[in-house]
Amino acid sequence: MSIYLPIAELSVNAFIILGMGAAVGFLSGMFGVGGGFLITPLLIFYNIPPAVAVATGANQVVASSFSGALSHFRRGTLDIKLGLTLLGGGLVGASVGIYLFTLLRSLGQLDLIISLFYVTFLSIVGGLMLLESINSLRRAAANKPVSLRKPGQHNWVHRLPFKMRFKRSKIYLSVIPVIVLGFGIGVLTSIMGVGGGFIMVPAMIYLLRIPTNVVIGTSLFQIIFVTAFTTIVQATTNQSVDVFLAGLLMIAGVVGAQYGVRVGQKLRGEQLRALLALLVLAVGVRLALDLVLTPDELYSVVTTKEGF
Amino acid sequence: MRWPSEIKALLAALLLVLVAAVGVKAANEKLDIGISTNEIAITSDFAGADLIVFGALDNADPLLLQLGQYDIIVALEGPPKETVVRKKDRVFGIWINRYSMRFEPAPASYSISSTLPINRITKEIELSGRTIGIEHIHLTPAGNVGDGTRVPEFKSALLRLRVEDGLYQSEPVGVEFVSSSLFRATLRLPASIPVGEHRLRAFLFKNNEFVMERNLRLRVVKTGIEQFVFELAHQQAFLYGLLAVGLAMITGWLASVIFRKD
Repeated sequence: MSIYLPIAELSVNAFIILGMGAAVGFLSGMFGVGGGFLITPLLIFYNIPPAVAVATGANQVVASSFSGALSHFRRGTLDIKLGLTLLGGGLVGASVGIYLFTLLRSLGQLDLIISLFYVTFLSIVGGLMLLESINSLRRAAANKPVSLRKPGQHNWVHRLPFKMRFKRSKIYLSVIPVIVLGFGIGVLTSIMGVGGGFIMVPAMIYLLRIPTNVVIGTSLFQIIFVTAFTTIVQATTNQSVDVFLAGLLMIAGVVGAQYGVRVGQKLRGEQLRALLALLVLAVGVRLALDLVLTPDELYSVVTTKEGF
Repeated sequence: MRWPSEIKALLAALLLVLVAAVGVKAANEKLDIGISTNEIAITSDFAGADLIVFGALDNADPLLLQLGQYDIIVALEGPPKETVVRKKDRVFGIWINRYSMRFEPAPASYSISSTLPINRITKEIELSGRTIGIEHIHLTPAGNVGDGTRVPEFKSALLRLRVEDGLYQSEPVGVEFVSSSLFRATLRLPASIPVGEHRLRAFLFKNNEFVMERNLRLRVVKTGIEQFVFELAHQQAFLYGLLAVGLAMITGWLASVIFRKD
């Protein structure tokens, strides 16, 4: 069944989009990630214009993070104060990111920057995750206790001024690294169309030493607002949010996620992380190949404003 | 004998009228075209369409008609849009858009159909003067183009890509006579046809010479929900953004309610 996307201005096969949404939803449920970093490249591989893919990806992440944050809120694993502090930086970062997005689009370099960001972040995060999970798999095989590595007890992050008490997380922490982290993720959200959970969660655990049980809920909480903000601003400045596309992805995604969660519970944590790392790396490599290999078509055409 | 001057004048006038009538009759072929609709609606399952244009050729010379000396060209020009063509180049091992050229507004789509391949209908200069045919679409670079040596390269890339996308297409034998004076032209409209005001142009040629041109306007619009969404997104962009977020939140909330485990 082909369906016309009014903003992307092209016809796509609705079942392929639903399939993509379901597959990514499945993986995001399985691994506990938002899935934005998979959806956007998949849409680009399927010839959706990158600008639309990014803005629509952000819109889709609103749905998955909202659904996730609600269940964390019910379980009490969400630190609202910490989330709001992250959000402060996040909104500023998202605004800066959208300004860059519009600028790059007019220069014709948007697609390149999106790809470069993806290749960089997917390789770094995928590589680190793979190393970490292989190490824990080895330790598990050698029958040693499996624990998350804690490099050094003293961390420069904890010596910064402007400390604040976050009750729910039971930590006393400077607001500077929190706001900076939020800012960085905000920029990524608007340029890459991702929630940024795959970067924020490790950063909160390893860098800020926030207890693991509140990390996912809190990061989801702030992702809702940053992606919602990005969606609205993208819609206002670039008119690149396609609700038809987003709707299909969301519906399939939330259903797929439910099955993913069930499968995820049967797998061991290290195996799960190793699989996710391989997946992240595979997407990164595919995007990198597109940048390096000689393209079939050197030219591209863009129509701009209507003239007379 | 001497004719009275009145009669002389009368005769002269009669003669004039006769000559004029014959002259007019000889060069007064008339072309008329009609389409069943002046609006084409793009729905959610639009996968391109054929536009059938009917036309009548009046006062044609039967002999010339039999010899096939009349030729008709029908073209649908899309709304003029400014275009940027970019060319990738390898920089530090990766391919990036390095060169670009902007073109003044030109038809964003072009579909042409004719009784014969157009270069057999008339001379190149006539075609380019009247902007008939894909190669003769006016593409003028805008802004600084340096010494202009790159213009032909970018121009041909633009034409080639548009032809590959089906936005520019030609049907060299798409116009056929259904009777001595009626003809039918089939124009292929691509799935990605731009919305807006299109111009339908029909040309009549006799003995390879231009006789006349007819124009009609045709609007291509998105209909139903697609049009609503498109207009909302462009005219009420902020509201549209809020709606998109609202939709996402409702979907997320529903999912968490439906699949709640406790």
